[in-house]
Amino acid sequence: MLELVTISTLNGVLYGMLLFLMASGLTLIFSMMGVLNFAHASFYMLGAFFGFQISQYIGFWPALVIAPLLVGGIGALIERYGLRYVHRHGPVAELLFTFGLAFVIVEIVQMVWGKGPVDYRVPQSLDFSAFTVFSTNYPAYKMFELLTAVAIFAVLFAVLTRTRVGLIIQASLTHPHMVAMLGHNVPRVFMLVFGVGTGLAAVAGVIAGPALVTQSNMAAALGPILFVVVVVGGLGSLAGAFVASLLIGLIQTFAVSINLSVADVLGRLGVAPPTPGGVLADVWTVTVAQLAPIIPYLLLVLILIFRPVGLMGTREH
Amino acid sequence: MSDAASDIAKLPARGALYPAGVPAAVRLAGPWIALALLFLLLPLVFASGSALTMLSLMGIMIVFALSYNMLLGETGLLSFGHAVYYGLGGFLTVHAMNAVIRDGLPVPLPLLPLVGAAGGLLFGIIFGSVSTRRAGTAFAMISLGLGELVASSSLILRGFFGGEEGVSTNRTKLLHLFGLNFGPQIQVYYLIAAWCLVCMAAMYALRRTPFGRMCNAVRENAERAQFVGYNPQVVRFIAFSLAGLFAGVAGALAAINFELVNSAAVGAEQSGLVLLAAYIGGIGNFAGPVIGAIIVTWLEVMLSDVTEVWQLYFGLLFIGMVMFAPQGIAGLIMVHEPLWQARAYGSMLWLAVTYLIALLPALVCLAGAIVVIEMTYHISVKASDGPAISLFHLTLDTTSVKSWLAAAVLLGGGFVLFRLTWPLVGAAWHDAFVEARGAGRAK
Amino acid sequence: MTAHVRTMLFAAATVAVTAMPAAAEDTVRLAYVDPLSGGGASIGEIGLKEFNYLAEVTNANGGILGRKLEIVPYDNKLNAQETLVQVQKAIDAGIRFITQGNGSAFAAAIEDFVQKYNERNPGKEVLYFNYAAVDPVLTNEKCSYWHFRWDANSDIKMTALTNYMKTRTNIKKIYLINQDYSFGQAVRKEARAMLTAKRPDIEIVGDEVHPLLKVTDFSPYVAKINASGADSVITGNWGQDFALLLKAAADAGLQVDWYTYYAGGTGGPTAIKQANLPDRVFQISEGVANEPYAPAQEFEKAFRAKVGVTLFYPRAVNEIRMFAQAAKEANSLEPVKIAAKLDGMQVTVYDGGDGFMRSDDHQFFQPMYLSKLGPISKDQPFDEENTGWGWKMTGRIDTKDTLVPTSCKMNHPS
Repeated sequence: MLELVTISTLNGVLYGMLLFLMASGLTLIFSMMGVLNFAHASFYMLGAFFGFQISQYIGFWPALVIAPLLVGGIGALIERYGLRYVHRHGPVAELLFTFGLAFVIVEIVQMVWGKGPVDYRVPQSLDFSAFTVFSTNYPAYKMFELLTAVAIFAVLFAVLTRTRVGLIIQASLTHPHMVAMLGHNVPRVFMLVFGVGTGLAAVAGVIAGPALVTQSNMAAALGPILFVVVVVGGLGSLAGAFVASLLIGLIQTFAVSINLSVADVLGRLGVAPPTPGGVLADVWTVTVAQLAPIIPYLLLVLILIFRPVGLMGTREH
Repeated sequence: MSDAASDIAKLPARGALYPAGVPAAVRLAGPWIALALLFLLLPLVFASGSALTMLSLMGIMIVFALSYNMLLGETGLLSFGHAVYYGLGGFLTVHAMNAVIRDGLPVPLPLLPLVGAAGGLLFGIIFGSVSTRRAGTAFAMISLGLGELVASSSLILRGFFGGEEGVSTNRTKLLHLFGLNFGPQIQVYYLIAAWCLVCMAAMYALRRTPFGRMCNAVRENAERAQFVGYNPQVVRFIAFSLAGLFAGVAGALAAINFELVNSAAVGAEQSGLVLLAAYIGGIGNFAGPVIGAIIVTWLEVMLSDVTEVWQLYFGLLFIGMVMFAPQGIAGLIMVHEPLWQARAYGSMLWLAVTYLIALLPALVCLAGAIVVIEMTYHISVKASDGPAISLFHLTLDTTSVKSWLAAAVLLGGGFVLFRLTWPLVGAAWHDAFVEARGAGRAK
Repeated sequence: MTAHVRTMLFAAATVAVTAMPAAAEDTVRLAYVDPLSGGGASIGEIGLKEFNYLAEVTNANGGILGRKLEIVPYDNKLNAQETLVQVQKAIDAGIRFITQGNGSAFAAAIEDFVQKYNERNPGKEVLYFNYAAVDPVLTNEKCSYWHFRWDANSDIKMTALTNYMKTRTNIKKIYLINQDYSFGQAVRKEARAMLTAKRPDIEIVGDEVHPLLKVTDFSPYVAKINASGADSVITGNWGQDFALLLKAAADAGLQVDWYTYYAGGTGGPTAIKQANLPDRVFQISEGVANEPYAPAQEFEKAFRAKVGVTLFYPRAVNEIRMFAQAAKEANSLEPVKIAAKLDGMQVTVYDGGDGFMRSDDHQFFQPMYLSKLGPISKDQPFDEENTGWGWKMTGRIDTKDTLVPTSCKMNHPS
């Protein structure tokens, strides 16, 4: 039991950190421009594939630096020539643009790398076991993922709160016109933020690629959870995204290992089981583990009903 | 003064397609009768099995897309989970059909879409009560979350959703009226066409009621709508429920057509498809979703025969529409409405000619783009199939420089020529509008 | 201005580009309905390559009743309604034979559709050849005279597997982990039932189901397997569920034997090699490339030389061969007559040994093989996915030991 709890906690924190790596970029973009970037998970996938391709030629560590820069550059270009153009047609058009973009990026990746998984491996230097918990080995690569995510959070927080650029970004968040009147090039700031945001997603991709399967359906797998994290954490709050990522990571990991079902709980209380074959019978036998993929969406709907600004959000829509 | 007054009286009435003197009743019912005749006579032209299936699919999609536009175009609510009501309406219908068959109830098939309507309305009310508290991005997110929730629970509630295989039924086993057992596709087509007509008329009428106008008001400025005395949340809620009702009808028609409903009917892809259809057609216009439904259905069925990267073309089409034509195809057509009303036929004709002139290099450019895409796809994924691909009835060698050069020439040259035609079209446009404005004055 | 011109021209171009395939009079066409785009495309495309190769070979040997066999692909986009639309298109184009395999849900939809279509259109029957959908229900509750299945269904595979395990005394504690959907549930249900019947001394120390294709990190499951003390794991997992499970196991250093259904699928051998588990992963299948049966080995060699991938579906070879034979025996290409000949047909299968298409339920029975993946020796010519490791036979289960009862009550037309 203790082993299970420890492993689940470690894995939950890790999964949460991975989510945060991606959600940090999305939060920045969302809070800055009010645009929910549907294509964010696709940039994550691009990062993974670029990382794979580059590491084939020059190795993992250079790829870790180059791939995010490339993807960030592509993101900035898309903002400059795509998103900014669509802005004049209204917020719905912006949303739909990123929606279509997500689609197109997935298709292009499939066109270039095919539809199957690619052989993206953990680098040799990290391919060992860091420590052993009870009888299970914990790979060093996962510790590396953890440390990177924490480091990025720290750097982001510092940049946003301590540097001039960060203060300008925070100001553009709530008073874009004022900031423009003060002489700052707000469109350029937007472009920078979009580029950095997508670059962050790409870092998540480069790192997560070897651990998970690098395949063209990566984006669709993590995309919806990403939105849940951002909305639950709060629109405009990086700390909220951090908390929400951890929360959802832990909940999902723990839920998967719990085999408790409604029957176990109510059955012990003496409630009679319903007749088999109906809807109630299905609900009776469902276990928490089966519910694990749904829990984030339940959370999303509840938060949006009762506290739309999210857990720590600052901006009302 | 009286000259001007009599001139004004002689102007064609706004929105008039008919000459003055046609009674109002004919003007109102005319288009619908024409539509009914069209639906009636289409199978004579498109008679093969798969053509009838395609027409049936289009009919279903038209109802679905129109119901979606009740939310997006009329009330300004962008929903990413509208397929929930479509799918749930479909599931309730198949369960009802199976119950009717099992218990031998005297219910004929044409009445079953009412079950879908009731189901769509019910779930529209249930989910709408929580969704419509907010508008804008929050609403979009809730709809996404709800959609994912229902889609995920489809694997848990196996009794209702039937697991991966879904729930199947047999439409010929219900009560037969007038000797119709609805086995042949043509009978199913007529059933769908009839329901489609009824739903179209209902949704069109709804638009023109005060409620419909209030939806538009809430879309434009919810605060001002409150000043007039209407609660925007109630307006949205009612619109949402009614949209659910019609989506449920579409789902029921799909259930009857395929005799199968599975969890894909409530999924994100189905929601995305109806969004695509409504948007491409044009959300500002009643005919928009109809056009979009027809085009998207046709593309979805036929495009995959032609190319394996059809999803890429879909995505590019969508992005292109969002960027350059957000008013949709119907919007693009309606841009010409002032010209039509002013009866500036001469300049309209010239405008059409300039369009054709611009179309030719644009087609060349597009052909070049298609060649590049298909060749890239072939090289990166299907290189083991050999270097040759067949496109536009020609065989191209993807490894030879000549093919790539030809593609580049088509793409680049086509685009350059296309750009050169823009001033021509612009001038024709300008002339046409000057003439249209002039026609409104003394003439 | 540019926009609506662009839209118009796109629509026009689509029309222009639509090429109507001309149906040649002297071909026999088989519609291949499987995913050819999107997520399932990698598997669908490989199947298509194999069928195209089989058509070539068949045509080189005289074709089907003298006519050339042509495979016509239809993309079902992993959607049941789309599958039906594509089948309707195929029928409309005059095709009378449909083959499909990826996804039992779509197979059920096709079987249902074909049954209804044949009932409503006597004289225009079509046949459905199922080469890979293994849900037992297709030859039990939902069986149909017009459906023929060449793949051993999941109950047959479990029968074969448990018959192999009967004599393996080193297996003492088994852990079951499967995907939570109809196939995974069928695997675990039959595993429990058959193990209890054949080896009551084996302890089933775990029975886990997880959401299909949603789990990205299997470490909690691996931790549970470890904690249970199992020496063997039975799993029906495929695709990324299999690859990630093995990855997690390798990371955690788990040492067990893996008895699987689909370890040989695309990406499987690579995952096994990466996880460094030689000779520990077993697969139950209807053929092993490294089996020294000359005709099969020659076929495999030629296939790999031409197409470049493993022959994933030896059963497809049986399907096409029996199709040709049925046509010859019936001396007709009428589906009704071919179905009558296929019903109960006995053949020598591709991998050597006897097989037959049972008349009661149109399920094909054949010898089954248990093989393991590991380093191959000089006289074993076939490795998988360039890993240097190949499948080596560890057990052969004869046809008569693979039989399962059926609840099918199909109508045989007189």
